[in-house]
Amino acid sequence: MKIQIQGVSKSFAVGGVTQHALVDVDLDVAERELICLLGPSGCGKSTLLNIVAGFLQPTSGRVLVDGRAISGPGADRGVVFQEYVLFPWLTVAGNVAFGLELGGVPYDDRVRIVRHYLALVGLEAHAEKFPVQLSGGMKQRVAIARALANDPAVILMDEPFGALDAQTREVLQDELSRIQRVEPKTILFVTHSIREAVYLADRVVVMTSAPGRIKQVVPIKLPETRDRFAADFTQYESEITRLVKEEVAKVHE
Amino acid sequence: MMEWGLRGPALPRRRAMAMRVGAVALFLGVWSLVAGVVELARLFNPIFLPGPWLVIGKVLDLAFKGSLWAHVAATLERVIVGFGTGAVLALAIGLPAGHLRIVRDAVEPVVELLRPIPPLAMLPLFVVWIGIGEGSKIGFITYATFFPMFLTTVHAVRRIDPLLLRAAQSLGARTRQLFFRVLLPAALPEILTGMRLGLALSFFVIVISEFIGAEQGLGYLINDGRNFFLVPQMLGAAVVLGLLGWAGNALVRLLERRALRWQYPA
Repeated sequence: MKIQIQGVSKSFAVGGVTQHALVDVDLDVAERELICLLGPSGCGKSTLLNIVAGFLQPTSGRVLVDGRAISGPGADRGVVFQEYVLFPWLTVAGNVAFGLELGGVPYDDRVRIVRHYLALVGLEAHAEKFPVQLSGGMKQRVAIARALANDPAVILMDEPFGALDAQTREVLQDELSRIQRVEPKTILFVTHSIREAVYLADRVVVMTSAPGRIKQVVPIKLPETRDRFAADFTQYESEITRLVKEEVAKVHE
Repeated sequence: MMEWGLRGPALPRRRAMAMRVGAVALFLGVWSLVAGVVELARLFNPIFLPGPWLVIGKVLDLAFKGSLWAHVAATLERVIVGFGTGAVLALAIGLPAGHLRIVRDAVEPVVELLRPIPPLAMLPLFVVWIGIGEGSKIGFITYATFFPMFLTTVHAVRRIDPLLLRAAQSLGARTRQLFFRVLLPAALPEILTGMRLGLALSFFVIVISEFIGAEQGLGYLINDGRNFFLVPQMLGAAVVLGLLGWAGNALVRLLERRALRWQYPA
């Protein structure tokens, strides 16, 4: 198993009151598997991702990556944020090279790797631009290339397409699915879009509303290249919609 | 760069330039006129208000025959060393103080204690402690310029998007790398603004510390002129100080434009 999440719970003290964000989450992610975490807002899916990233400490339980317990953020877990979070003072190429430079990768290798990943996300022509000159979709491509170039064991994506318009969003979903076919990675992907989850995931993990637990894991048995309008696709969509609706309904009770 | 707060239509480049040159010429003209009237009408002793030509003449005279360059060099050396040390200290303490709570809690109370004291109030103390030599002047500039540069550095670091740090850590950045490759470049725009303040302040305080026990420097030249009613020398030294301050500011701005090209790329 690439990622092992074992009995992870997280609670926060909010104004003297303890709030449980996650309760006893167990999840194993296989090598080269793309898992989507799905659930109503406030269900703790981003909290879980932040724990795996090492940004937050679990209250109890632990997370193993390649069999080693994690403590704090590290280069073995690349993160793609909803807000892109590019380094604005670096060019596109400089952003993609950032992790390689930190890791002391020699110049020639760096150039080659950066060129490869910029080509993979279709941004070769924009290598010398600065982030302020890019559209949201382009920024997120840079962020994806930056994560991939660092060759992490796993990639964690926190609603990466959430800030994009609907068209750009689908284009980037297509791109990610294509990249996943060419150079598969182990990916944990947080989203609240059911369509996105069914389109991308090998398995969709549906979470309960707060406190977050795993409600159900739905394996998506669809071909690698998916058709958003195929009958079996929409069937998955409605099945998962039903699961999520039960949780949303609970919040409003 | 657009200047959003300005009103009125933008003038063509040439006319804008003509306006600026005209404004300076008008200022010199009015000054000449007043000095001329004083000279002719003997309103008061004209040595108190020499015309601009006399001042410029004095500056040229000092530059070609006198010791102007030695005074300029003395002042510049003090400013560069003093301001440079202040800037390095402000960065070395300000970056950690902005980022690490423990450093901030240790440093901030002391800074807040000293900061409200006008730096000039401390000048005699520097003289008493370090003497009237170079040390006290340089040390005093360092002391005076440290505060604004330290404060802007701390403020700049505190405003950095924490996600930038997370992104860097997830790419493998260690503490040292976070400081030099994320905190410093992210805070640089505000840090450079602080340095412009610091540099202006160092010209401000060097003059006064050169009033007290100096044998060289533009401040000395002014004070020396005061003792002997050499008003053209006083004004001349002031003009040179103005030019130096202007050049220093222009230099930092140039540095800013190069270092911050990413904010407004072509």
